[in-house]
Amino acid sequence: MTIAVELGLIYAIMALGVYLTFRILDFPDLTVDGSFTTGAAVAAISIVNGINPIVAIGMSFVAGFLAGVITGLLTTKGNINGLLAGILTQIGLYSINLRIMGRANVPLLGEDTAITPLRAAGVLGGPLGISAFALLSIVLALILVWFLHTDTGLAMQATGDNEKMIRSFGVNTDNQKILGLALSNGLVGVGGAVIAQYQGFADIGMGIGLILAGLASVIIGQAILGQRTILIAALAVILGSVIYRVAIQIALEAGLNPNDMKLISAVLVVVALILPQAAIFKRRRRKKAADGDPAGAEEPPGAAAVTADAGATRPTATTPTENEVR
Amino acid sequence: MLTVSAVDKTFFPGSPNERRALNDVDLHLEQGDFVTVIGSNGAGKSTLLNIVSGDLHPDDGTVTIDGRDVTRLQDHQRASFVGRVFQDPMAGTAPHLSIQENMAIADKRGTGRWLRLGVTRAKKRRFAHELAALELGLEHRLTAKVGLLSGGQRQALSLLMATFSDPAILLLDEHTAALDPQRAELVTRLTEQVVTEKQLTTLMVTHNMEQALRVGNRLIMMHEGRIILDLTEDEKRGRTVKDLLDEFEKTKGATLGDETLLS
Repeated sequence: MTIAVELGLIYAIMALGVYLTFRILDFPDLTVDGSFTTGAAVAAISIVNGINPIVAIGMSFVAGFLAGVITGLLTTKGNINGLLAGILTQIGLYSINLRIMGRANVPLLGEDTAITPLRAAGVLGGPLGISAFALLSIVLALILVWFLHTDTGLAMQATGDNEKMIRSFGVNTDNQKILGLALSNGLVGVGGAVIAQYQGFADIGMGIGLILAGLASVIIGQAILGQRTILIAALAVILGSVIYRVAIQIALEAGLNPNDMKLISAVLVVVALILPQAAIFKRRRRKKAADGDPAGAEEPPGAAAVTADAGATRPTATTPTENEVR
Repeated sequence: MLTVSAVDKTFFPGSPNERRALNDVDLHLEQGDFVTVIGSNGAGKSTLLNIVSGDLHPDDGTVTIDGRDVTRLQDHQRASFVGRVFQDPMAGTAPHLSIQENMAIADKRGTGRWLRLGVTRAKKRRFAHELAALELGLEHRLTAKVGLLSGGQRQALSLLMATFSDPAILLLDEHTAALDPQRAELVTRLTEQVVTEKQLTTLMVTHNMEQALRVGNRLIMMHEGRIILDLTEDEKRGRTVKDLLDEFEKTKGATLGDETLLS
């Protein structure tokens, strides 16, 4: 079970990337399946060729970043539907990943990776190992939270929230989307690089269906902790990722076949998406909304504000004092 | 300050739905002018505003702001000179961000956005001070999400955000139309206050003719993509809504007559 927790904490890096696109930019980005493997492939090949494993992780970030830029350009400058743009990049990356690796699987047996010192110290699978990976994902989450509170980060948040508004304040929303997608896939690439080193190989199929794991982490975590602030939302993603891995571990131990993994993931995501619509959760969210969380409000936040304005909000054009030119 | 010259705009050209929204429109605003724009639906009022803001680009003609030709600039590129308040109270603010975060975004209009923290203690003090002028108590709710505010509060905040970096041009697109009379009155009062205080060059579209006569120092009436009436402050004084309607009927009748004669 501790292995599942460790995996959850590493995959949380990828899930933080998914959070950035899915929640902040309101853009379901399917590039993830490809860019995760790209990150792993770049790291594995770099390490095999004697590059410092930490530097290799940095290179994976850059590789993922570039993949995100491509999806961003396709959707903003190419006017391609966001889902399709992500799929196009993802499919294209499959071939690129094979080119990077030269074959379908690159083992890291006997290579010095960033995980080697932890393994040598015998802390993997124990509380110290968990602490190390928790520290890594929390530090990355805190950097993301800081970024989202900078001037650029606020503009990015507003891009996902109200595009018309942020354009009227002089922000090029195309650039914000490209940057957001790039940073997101950069994080996903780092996740891939760390997973490759943790499990000791990079494989062409390791990213397939991973977007589901990312979405599940975001949705599960935020269903539990909410998203009252960006900090809570980001930490919730880490929690969600751990819960997701543990849930899968439990399902496997209960006798399900590893081949059923993808089905379990899909069912988990469907449940996580549908469950909050159940009556009992709605009541909770209404309470939350009253406590000051518009995201938890049942209607879109604007609608809530209109109804709160008590019917008087419709145009005054109908009142007798108004004179409309006809 | 703002010059719109010989602007044409046609929607759906060449199709059966072709509609000439602006027909050779010329308009010049001096620094500090506060112009109200009235006209029937489809007269071209909003199109004119959207041409100035850069949401739409003219088929022909130019837009100059403060001596600079901005005809080809995108809306976000013009945003450093143009402040806007939309008709929809939800349109001018980001609902999931707090009041102070929204204001921090507005505060950066026309400057670079880098990796400095958006909300600092000094800015909070300044924002609270600015909000206090609205007399809505928002200065005590800096961290509240804007989505929780009422339509009137959001529109007042939008107005504040649109004006506090002193844009060269302020565009108001029926910004009180979606509010109840009381809040509309409040937002109108705040508008007059801020425009006078900051000497903003303002173009305000309204459906409310009484308001159009009362507010600002100039009034233009549009019909079928043309400016058919242009009243200075002196000419405006003493006129009633009925005068405007008569004027309008007269022009409309004339154009109808012309068309009948020509056909």
